[in-house]
Amino acid sequence: MTKRMPMLLLVLILGYVFLYGPILSLIVYSFNESKLVTVWGGFSTKWYAALLENDALLSAALLSVKIAALVASMSVILGTLTALVLVRYKHARGSASLGGIIAVPMVLPDIMIGLSILLLFIAMEDILGWPQGRGQTTIVLAHTTFAMAYVTLIVQSRLAHMDPSLEEAAADLGARPMATFFTVTLPLIFPALLAGWLLAFTLSLDDLVVASFVSGPGSTTLPMVVYSSVRLGVSPEINALATIVVALVGVSVLVAGIVLQRQERQSMAEKS
Amino acid sequence: MIAVLIKRMVKPQNAIIATPWLWLLIFLVLPFLFVLKISFSEPLLAQPPYDAIFRGIDDGLVTIKINLGTYFLLFEDSLYISALLGSLKIAFISTLLCLLIGYPMAYAIATAPKSWRLTLLMLIELPFWTSFLIRVYAWIGLLKANGLINATLLKLGIISAPLDILYTDTAVYIGVVYNYLPFLILPLYATLVRLDSTLLEAAADLGCRPWRQFLSITLPQSMPGVVASCLLVFIPVMGEFVIPDLLGGPDTLMLGKIMWMEFFVNKDWPLASALAVILLIVLVVPFILLRRYENKMTEDLS
Repeated sequence: MTKRMPMLLLVLILGYVFLYGPILSLIVYSFNESKLVTVWGGFSTKWYAALLENDALLSAALLSVKIAALVASMSVILGTLTALVLVRYKHARGSASLGGIIAVPMVLPDIMIGLSILLLFIAMEDILGWPQGRGQTTIVLAHTTFAMAYVTLIVQSRLAHMDPSLEEAAADLGARPMATFFTVTLPLIFPALLAGWLLAFTLSLDDLVVASFVSGPGSTTLPMVVYSSVRLGVSPEINALATIVVALVGVSVLVAGIVLQRQERQSMAEKS
Repeated sequence: MIAVLIKRMVKPQNAIIATPWLWLLIFLVLPFLFVLKISFSEPLLAQPPYDAIFRGIDDGLVTIKINLGTYFLLFEDSLYISALLGSLKIAFISTLLCLLIGYPMAYAIATAPKSWRLTLLMLIELPFWTSFLIRVYAWIGLLKANGLINATLLKLGIISAPLDILYTDTAVYIGVVYNYLPFLILPLYATLVRLDSTLLEAAADLGCRPWRQFLSITLPQSMPGVVASCLLVFIPVMGEFVIPDLLGGPDTLMLGKIMWMEFFVNKDWPLASALAVILLIVLVVPFILLRRYENKMTEDLS
């Protein structure tokens, strides 16, 4: 990029300003004393205090975290199984079509996932008597269905790039397939499982549309509370919430980045 | 016979294949059969608000009542056709805008010094990890009549009256591009960074100018990646609800918004289901194209 360097640099700078400007404005105005977005009324943390007193929002946040943790754990199990099928049993019957179908929830508009899975739950309740009503369980099932696809993608690429000789060595030394999987494969793909877990957690925590369809009375999630307050207009409390989310995300991505980089360096050192 | 079947099922390989298959069959494929079924039933003021298709057995006959009325309504009322066209227009233009902004960015990252790339990519991904809803919400504060952008422009004397951007299609384009840009940049970067550089070197040795090198080598080589990443934006935007609802105006017609309204406000489940069927049919071709180009991408790369 010798001669074109200045132009490309400009593109990058403008691009990142576009990506980060709006988020930065949210953070700055979360510390604004005034309720108006355009008027700077001095530094204040009162919107954070107001957030802590908002019981509806806090209980919704708690429920969302609970659901997201369940979704992430189930997605990692199902996503890893799917990735194993796609990479290890590539030529088995049903593997290619599984690869096609797992790509669907990643691009399918979430409104269609929400509507269709709600109709399924109603029919199931009608015929099987389960799930009774809608709430936490139905949200977890629906979220897992799309989150597992993302986990599959991450684990699949890790499995495909894995050195097969380690597993072969374990098998040669007489380890049973199950033992090989748990003592060799699993530790090797662990970073991918962690990344997948975090992504599934975030996707579930973030979802408004699917949850709106399959939630019931008493199972209002955080995005549903945020959405109804955003519809009423800009509120500095939401800015405060956004700032907390951005801070949490920033710290965890930073930590994950450092851990992954250290691991990468370690494996590079081992190889050389 | 059954014993053999059970034995086959219990074989670990088959159990591993069957588990995700069953899950997706039940929670992804089966639901669409119900959508199809309900789109053919008659709306009712009841809970659930639709009539059964399969009636009880009368005189030893099972009566099946299929109601095509909902579909006729879709084609009679111009609202639904406008919503479909509106979705197509907004998805198409915003995909194009994403490409115009995203391609140069992906290219810049792919040609940046190797030690920078990981950081630059992480910076693209980072906003994606924060809440989607919050990212849409941020633009309300920026775009509204007394928002940050208008206030700044007024103060600088560039405009004399605030611009009406919020609650228009323009705001929807901005929101879509802002939220879907990473979906385009990441796969595009993956294509660009693995392009065969020997061709470029040969062209440069033969005196080809950088711009011509880009147009006649890099661009055509990256086409599968371009098509795949554009479809990754186009397909979900076709059914987008949150962005047109929060940033768009009353005349921003998109299928996702109309479906939501028919379902939650008008409680017309058969109509919402019929719209979902139409959207699914419209998306089948782009989806097949996406699969084909994704496969092509991975083949080219390996």
